Amino acid sequence: MATDKKRYNIRISGLGGQGVVTTAHILGSTMDNAGKYASLVPFFGSEKRMAPVEAYVRASSEPIYEVGEVVYPDIIMIYHSQVVTHGKSYTMPFYTGLKPNSLIIINSEFNVLEEEDKQVLRDLNATVVQFDATKLAQKIAGTELATNMAMMGMLLGLTKLVTTEHIEAAVRERFLGTSFVSSGGTAMLDSAIEKKFKKKEQLLEANMNVIKWTFDMAAKVDLESGDLITQIDV
Amino acid sequence: MSAIERPQPNKTKTFVDMDYLLHEAPREQHFITGAQAMAEAVKRANVDMAIAYPITPQSEVMHLVGDIYAQGHLKEYYRAEEELGTMSAIAGAARAGVRLFTATSGPGLLRGLEAIASWPGHRVPAVLGVLTRVVNAPLSIQPDNIEMAYLMHCGAVMLHAENQQDTFDMTLAAFAITEKVDVYIPVSVSTEGFFVTHAKGYVDMMSEDLAYKDFDSVAAPVPAMDNETPPARIQRDAPVQKSNFMSYLIHSVWQQEIWDSNRRAMKYIYQYLGGPIEVVNPDADVFVIASGCAAAQGREAQRYAEEENLNVGLIKVRAIRPFPIDEINAAVKNAKTLIVPEHNIIGWLSKEVKAAIPNGGIVVEGPRVYGGMTLPVELIMKEIYTALGLEYDLKL
Repeated sequence: MATDKKRYNIRISGLGGQGVVTTAHILGSTMDNAGKYASLVPFFGSEKRMAPVEAYVRASSEPIYEVGEVVYPDIIMIYHSQVVTHGKSYTMPFYTGLKPNSLIIINSEFNVLEEEDKQVLRDLNATVVQFDATKLAQKIAGTELATNMAMMGMLLGLTKLVTTEHIEAAVRERFLGTSFVSSGGTAMLDSAIEKKFKKKEQLLEANMNVIKWTFDMAAKVDLESGDLITQIDV
Repeated sequence: MSAIERPQPNKTKTFVDMDYLLHEAPREQHFITGAQAMAEAVKRANVDMAIAYPITPQSEVMHLVGDIYAQGHLKEYYRAEEELGTMSAIAGAARAGVRLFTATSGPGLLRGLEAIASWPGHRVPAVLGVLTRVVNAPLSIQPDNIEMAYLMHCGAVMLHAENQQDTFDMTLAAFAITEKVDVYIPVSVSTEGFFVTHAKGYVDMMSEDLAYKDFDSVAAPVPAMDNETPPARIQRDAPVQKSNFMSYLIHSVWQQEIWDSNRRAMKYIYQYLGGPIEVVNPDADVFVIASGCAAAQGREAQRYAEEENLNVGLIKVRAIRPFPIDEINAAVKNAKTLIVPEHNIIGWLSKEVKAAIPNGGIVVEGPRVYGGMTLPVELIMKEIYTALGLEYDLKL
C-alpha cells in the first residue's frame, strides 16, 4: 500500500448506529482543516440500527470534482464483521472495485475472510489491517460509540494525510459546532452520548484519546511487509 | 413559538441588487452540504414565504429553510398538506405579490406537477428547488434525475447545478431571473439528491447581512391583489364559456407567450451565471457534454484524459430551459464525437443535444446510470478511449 498517493477514494461500510456517516463528515472537515480537499457522500436506506450504511470520502491534495458513491476505492473500511460474513453491504462482495495495491481496514478481532476472498486480495496486492476497534473504543473511551473514532484514527494514522490537531478541530466542530445537520436517529444518539458524558468537552477528550491511541498503533504497522493480513491486538 | 408570534430578524440587512450580490460582494469559503448551500441562498434572497411538503432528499433543504424562518429571515413558512397543496398554495401566494420558494423531489414533483405546469401560465414568479430522486416503483430514494424530463415541457426555466457552489449561485440568480418583467415565469434549480444535497463541498458565500432587494410586486405583469388592487378574477369570463374557438385561440397565444418568456430568460442567464454553457478545452475533437452531477464526473474525466495526453473537452450545460441550441452548435462545430453521460435511463439530455445539432450521428448516448446509481468516471473514460480508437481495461 503506497501512502504517497495524490488522492484516496475511500469506501466505508458498516451498520446503522456505528457512526459511518459521522466519520465521513469528520474526515471531510479534517482534510479541509489541513488545507487539502475532500468530498463525501452518505448512502443509506431506512434509518435503523444494524441496517447497512455506506459512506464515501474522496480525499486529495488537489480539487475534487467527482461525486457519488465510490465504485473503485483505494481504501475500504469495514466497521462490522457482519458486512463481510452476512453480506450487509451495498457493494457485494465488499472488495468489489478495489484498485491494485490498496488498503482494507476491518474492525474485527478474528479473521473474517474466506480463502477465496484472500486469493482475490492477494492478486490485487492488497493489505488488510485488522483490529478490534469496538473493544478499543470501550477500553479507552468507555463506550462502543467511539468505534468510528478508532477506525478513523487507524485510517489517518496509516495514511498520514493529516495531523491530530486537524482531526481535533474537525471532531470539535462536529460535536460542539452549530453548523451540522443531523438526522433524527443521529441526533438521538448524540444526546445519548451527551448524557453519558454530561459534558461535551469530556466527549471530545474521550474521542481524541481513542484517535491518539490508534495513531500510535498505526505507527507500528509495516504496510510494506508483504503480508496480506496484519492483525493488531488491542 | 405560537402562530401569531412571528420570529423577528436579529440583524439589520443591507439590501443590494443581484449583480452586486453575485459578482461584486466579497465572499468567504465554507465547507457545507448542498442542502445548506440552497438554504443559505434562500437566506440571502430575502424570500418572503416558503411552503413545502417534506420528501427525501428535499427534506433537509426545507428543514433548514424552516430554521432560517425561525431566525427571522422569512416572513412566513408552513408545511402544506401534500405537494399539490404546496404548489397550489405557491400559486395563490404569488397573487399576493411576494417572493416565493419551495422545493421537492421525484414523486413529490410529480404529485405537484399539475399545479407546477400551470405556474408559467399564471405568471407565478417562484423558485422551485428540485433535489432529484427516482420516480417509478420499486421504491428508492436515490438521485435519478428522470423527474427533470417531466418538468422540461412545463414552460419553467430550468437550471441544473453541478455541485454545492452552483446550487448556491443558481438559486440566488433564479430569484432575479424569475422576477424580470419580460420573464416572470418560475425558475427551477435542480441538483442531484444526496450526491450534492447530503454531500459537503466548497461554497464561496457573501455575508448573510447582505440581502437581495425587496420584491417589487408593482412591476409585475400580473398585478398583485392587495388593498389597492381589489381581488379580481384573472379571467372575468372563462374563455371556454364564451366559445371553444376563443378558448383554444387564447390558450395557444398564451402558450407562445410563455415559451417566448422562457427564451427571454437566456439573457439573464448570461448576466448572472455567465451563460448557459461552460466549455473546457474548446479545440478538442471529443467532448463530454453533460449537466448536473454528470458534468462533475465529466470534468473529472476531462482532467484524467488531459493527464494521459488525450485531447478531450467538456461542455457543461447549465440551462436545460431555455436550451442553449446556438451555444452548443457553436461549441461543437468541429467536434467528431460527443459523449453524453446521464443520471437517467431515457437520456433526456442526449435527445436534446441530438435534436439541437445538424449532425446528431456524432452523439454517443451514454454512459447512463439510473435508479440513482453513481456514475463512475471510469465509464466515461471507457467511452473516451473508444471514441479515440483506444483500448480501455475496465474491471469491476
